[in-house]
Amino acid sequence: MNAPAELAVIKQHLIDPEICIRCNTCEAICPVQAITHDNVNYVVDASKCNLCMDCISPCPTGSIDNWRTMPRLRAYTPEEQLTWDELPAELPAEELEGLAEAGGDVAVALAPAATPAVVKDPSGAEVFNSSTFGSTLPPWSAAHVYTNLYGPKAAQKTITATVVGNVRVTEVGKTAGSDYDTHHIVLDFGAMPFPVLEGQSIGVVPPGVDDIGRTHHARQYSIASPRNGERPGYNNLSLTIKRVLQDHDGEPVRGVASNFMCDLQVGDKVEVIGPFGTSFLMPNHPKSNIVMICTGTGSAPMRAMTEWRRRLRASGKFEGGKLMLFFGARSQEELPYFGPLQNLPKDFIDTNFAFSRTPGAPKRYVQDAMRERAADLALLLQDPNTYFYVCGLKSMEEGVVLALRDVAQGAGLNWDSIGPALKREGRLHLETY
Amino acid sequence: MSTVDYSDKIPNNVNLSEDRTLQRALEQWQPNYLKWWDDMGPDGSQNFDVYLRTAVSVDPQGWAQFGHVKMPDYRWGIFLNPAEQDRKIHFGDHKGEAAWQDVPGEYRANLRRIIVTQGDTEPASVEQQRHLGLTAPSQYDLRNLFQVNVEEGRHLWAMVYLLHKYFGKDGREEGEALLERNSGNADNPRILEAFNEETPDWLSFFMFTYFTDRDGKFQLCALAESSFDPLARTTKFMLTEEAHHMFVGESGVSRVINRTCQVMNELKTDDPAKLRAAGVIDLPTLQRYLNFHFSVTIDLFGADESSNAATFYSTGLKGRYEEGKRMDDHILKGQTYRVLNVQNGQLVEKEVPMLNALNEVLRDDYIKDSVGGVERWNKVIEKAGIPFRLTVPHKAFHRNIGLLKGVKVAPDGRVISESEWAANRDNWLPSESDRAFVASLMGRVVDPGKFANWIAPPVMGVNRQPVDFEYVRFG
Repeated sequence: MNAPAELAVIKQHLIDPEICIRCNTCEAICPVQAITHDNVNYVVDASKCNLCMDCISPCPTGSIDNWRTMPRLRAYTPEEQLTWDELPAELPAEELEGLAEAGGDVAVALAPAATPAVVKDPSGAEVFNSSTFGSTLPPWSAAHVYTNLYGPKAAQKTITATVVGNVRVTEVGKTAGSDYDTHHIVLDFGAMPFPVLEGQSIGVVPPGVDDIGRTHHARQYSIASPRNGERPGYNNLSLTIKRVLQDHDGEPVRGVASNFMCDLQVGDKVEVIGPFGTSFLMPNHPKSNIVMICTGTGSAPMRAMTEWRRRLRASGKFEGGKLMLFFGARSQEELPYFGPLQNLPKDFIDTNFAFSRTPGAPKRYVQDAMRERAADLALLLQDPNTYFYVCGLKSMEEGVVLALRDVAQGAGLNWDSIGPALKREGRLHLETY
Repeated sequence: MSTVDYSDKIPNNVNLSEDRTLQRALEQWQPNYLKWWDDMGPDGSQNFDVYLRTAVSVDPQGWAQFGHVKMPDYRWGIFLNPAEQDRKIHFGDHKGEAAWQDVPGEYRANLRRIIVTQGDTEPASVEQQRHLGLTAPSQYDLRNLFQVNVEEGRHLWAMVYLLHKYFGKDGREEGEALLERNSGNADNPRILEAFNEETPDWLSFFMFTYFTDRDGKFQLCALAESSFDPLARTTKFMLTEEAHHMFVGESGVSRVINRTCQVMNELKTDDPAKLRAAGVIDLPTLQRYLNFHFSVTIDLFGADESSNAATFYSTGLKGRYEEGKRMDDHILKGQTYRVLNVQNGQLVEKEVPMLNALNEVLRDDYIKDSVGGVERWNKVIEKAGIPFRLTVPHKAFHRNIGLLKGVKVAPDGRVISESEWAANRDNWLPSESDRAFVASLMGRVVDPGKFANWIAPPVMGVNRQPVDFEYVRFG
């Protein structure tokens, strides 16, 4: 969800050539011209696709709704896809990890927050595919979203936002030699309409051109502020952006958009497109519980949802519904918003941290924290008013969904009915990259 | 209808709640439409709750709202694709001028004729298919039939909107007449012959939605280029729905093939008699159905040489398929195109002015598009390891319009004698006994997740629902 273009592993959007009827609906509807075709196939260009999902529901066949976990640098090119008779299988976990490593991409430098992306089901030889449990429908009580108000197919191609705040939100980065830092950046839209909801994202178009003289494509960032603005009642929003300066081997790598954003000064202008996202949205009915599971900058939408609930609570309008957070990082110093999170009342949010690289302590991932809280999670799993949100590195997704399944089964619940119900009812949302 | 909340009952983006004239016209027309649906729509299905897709707006989120709906309560909306700012006419004699937001007086009659002809096909197919619900091979298929039917109904609304909004009194009269003509009615038939044929069985339905709805796609694509902007925007939105109809056809035939190949491999036979005894439709019979539907459909494009086609193009009423992607002057004067003719018992190509051959241009584009799906069907056969290929017949085969009308041509393109035609007709087109056999397979299967023996289940359900979902709840 955050800056997929700058991460090692992406969820690549593909079209199944065996089911597609080449009707052109997806190409006509794609707001960023990511879909093209020849006489044989329709294909999606991973470097352009912003995962806005606009093409999903209009597709009459369902062929559009296919995803493969791929190292970004090895994403299937449009040219490759044009030769396909059928979709390739999902890459085995070992090959995936090897390719990502070989790609030398920056995100691999982060400790994986979970076990590998594809997991052998312990109960048998079958592969457990977590992404099949993710909803594409919003909660029934979600507010109505606006999408693609600005973009290639909109009347106005981009909207100019003004930077009104830029602060570091991690301990790391304060000292020389840190390999990255994370910034909280606030953009203001002045008098121009840009209505957003928690869980949505925006695209930032970095200025200038790339190595081959093309305008940079937009990078997507999750919104970290609630619907009524970072500052309530103002037409602004915030983003959580991590800058990367070095790869695994200490080689310098500069993410074009993340460095551009992190270096912005108050008063600078940014070209924005969006908003994007129609399903990773929070429930609004008073009895709804929210369970949030995230790593790193995957915390952005969680911060947005938590803050909206906090504001509602402060206004006395919203008493019901539990909030539970599982937050993973390598260390406490790398955890965005650690300080503010600590200050939230315990009866408002039940926060659980998992650090994988605390010196002298065993590695601990978010799914370990979830298993520890199995008793409470099982109660929430049984409640049809509970909504689950997972955002962060792709490598966490499988472990998290498996943990949910184990928690359910450990409590004597039937995962075979709960899992599909979560998906069907828009109650389990996976946004991993 | 005075109590109607227009935005809820008739979702629209044409400002219906503010347009008193349009409201009055629709108030007259809508009860007649509902009566037509009751009388001529899907037989005995008015109380079923059907898992339908309804468009409530034109944005990606709004036009695919799924839920169980009784068909008479389906919200037939009126939608135009969003307007393109300062849209210019991009072909014909008016190229470069601003697109028309109203009907130019000099083209009024032709535009009305185009809209009425297109509009007439929409309810016609509902009438043709009205009995199919009684023999559905599964709930999934029944739901798809009903989805196609309600969308054809919406397409009728779309055309009637244009007639009411832009053609005054005679537009309203044409709107009424669209409900008065009926498919196959000897006294008051539908305008185009193909829409007066019955769709007697589900194989015909799948072939119809693959081949004949694809003709609809090409006609709509040509109208989506129109200089009359409301027509262009209306047809653009209809195309999104038309895609589902073609999917029903392509996947339906593909599933029939899949099941047949499965039984062929189980029984290790390609003997049609044995396969029929096993209750599946043999591949040669599928080829004959394909020949029939393909040839009948390409007739719908009209005569190979047509001064009307030239007039419609030059005056900017109807463009070519993907006009914007073509690299020529978009005026076409002085250019030529080759059409088929018969000389001395041989098919010969003859050069004619391109403007007069625009029906043929569209027909050739259609043929190219049709072949793609047939090749995908062949992949299913290939995958099953069976040495058989389906082919589309030569475009001169079994034609009933234009220069080729009445010429006897074999599927491979050989001009043949009357006697050779008579001797082979039943090898090339569905015979009475073929149709009787297919009809004999048509039993009703309506338990969720169950499928008739002659068709394989789909790869996936509708809107990510499982295949055994309750797509239709029988009241």
